[in-house]
Amino acid sequence: MASALINVPRKARRGDVIEIKALMSHIMESGYRHTAAGDLVPRDIITSFACRYNGKEIFRADFFPAIAANPFMSFFTVAQESGKFEFEWIGDKGFSETASASITVE
Amino acid sequence: MRPKLKTTRRKFLHLAGQATLAGAIPIVVTLRPTEATPAMLASAIRNVVGEAPVHTGKVKLDIPPLVENGNTVPMTVSVESPMTADDHVKSIHVFNEKNPQPNIGNFYIGAYAGRAQVSTRIRLADSQKVVAIAHLSDGTFWSASVDVVVTLAACTEEVI
Repeated sequence: MASALINVPRKARRGDVIEIKALMSHIMESGYRHTAAGDLVPRDIITSFACRYNGKEIFRADFFPAIAANPFMSFFTVAQESGKFEFEWIGDKGFSETASASITVE
Repeated sequence: MRPKLKTTRRKFLHLAGQATLAGAIPIVVTLRPTEATPAMLASAIRNVVGEAPVHTGKVKLDIPPLVENGNTVPMTVSVESPMTADDHVKSIHVFNEKNPQPNIGNFYIGAYAGRAQVSTRIRLADSQKVVAIAHLSDGTFWSASVDVVVTLAACTEEVI
């Protein structure tokens, strides 16, 4: 089943710019491939990804079929306070997954 | 009579040639994979920026110029910006020229990002131009483009 890999620093100093990495296992079927029999394989991709830091959205992405399988995202944010990062992936065929990571800010 | 016959024959050959040509062209077209045209790229960009002018600069698009496998191409977009409340990057949009669709991804950030940089992995169906556009808080748009050569294209293989 779907599984996520999250990389967030465990500790940071207030004001530090930290990198957040998130990877979700997903086929990202583009909808442009055919089977050997010539049938079009229907599209099955993650269409949106969002990250919230203590409830506030800090990053959002729209994905298209041109995003590679097992979509990987890296982005930055300023460490403000201890708390939780929540990640959410939404896609075709009712795909919906969440993950979270916590951080201690000193 | 004879000259008339000659012209008919010539006409016939001409017509036959045209017919063959006309017949051949659709075959060539159908064999080519569907792809976004530069016009589609331009309209996809217009959908994002509207009528605003797109300046060149400030944006750095890091992508290998020679790619062996188009199925997964690492890409990093960074924008020169102080990332303060008054002057920051609002969003980054990435487009391509020849994939079936001109859009690759839209990434929304803000002053709280601290650094205007995103990385992901993309698919490229052909050797082509990749364009990244940044939307700044002052409403201006900045762009960078890179020409990428792809040896093994994405999307073309069959599913077994």
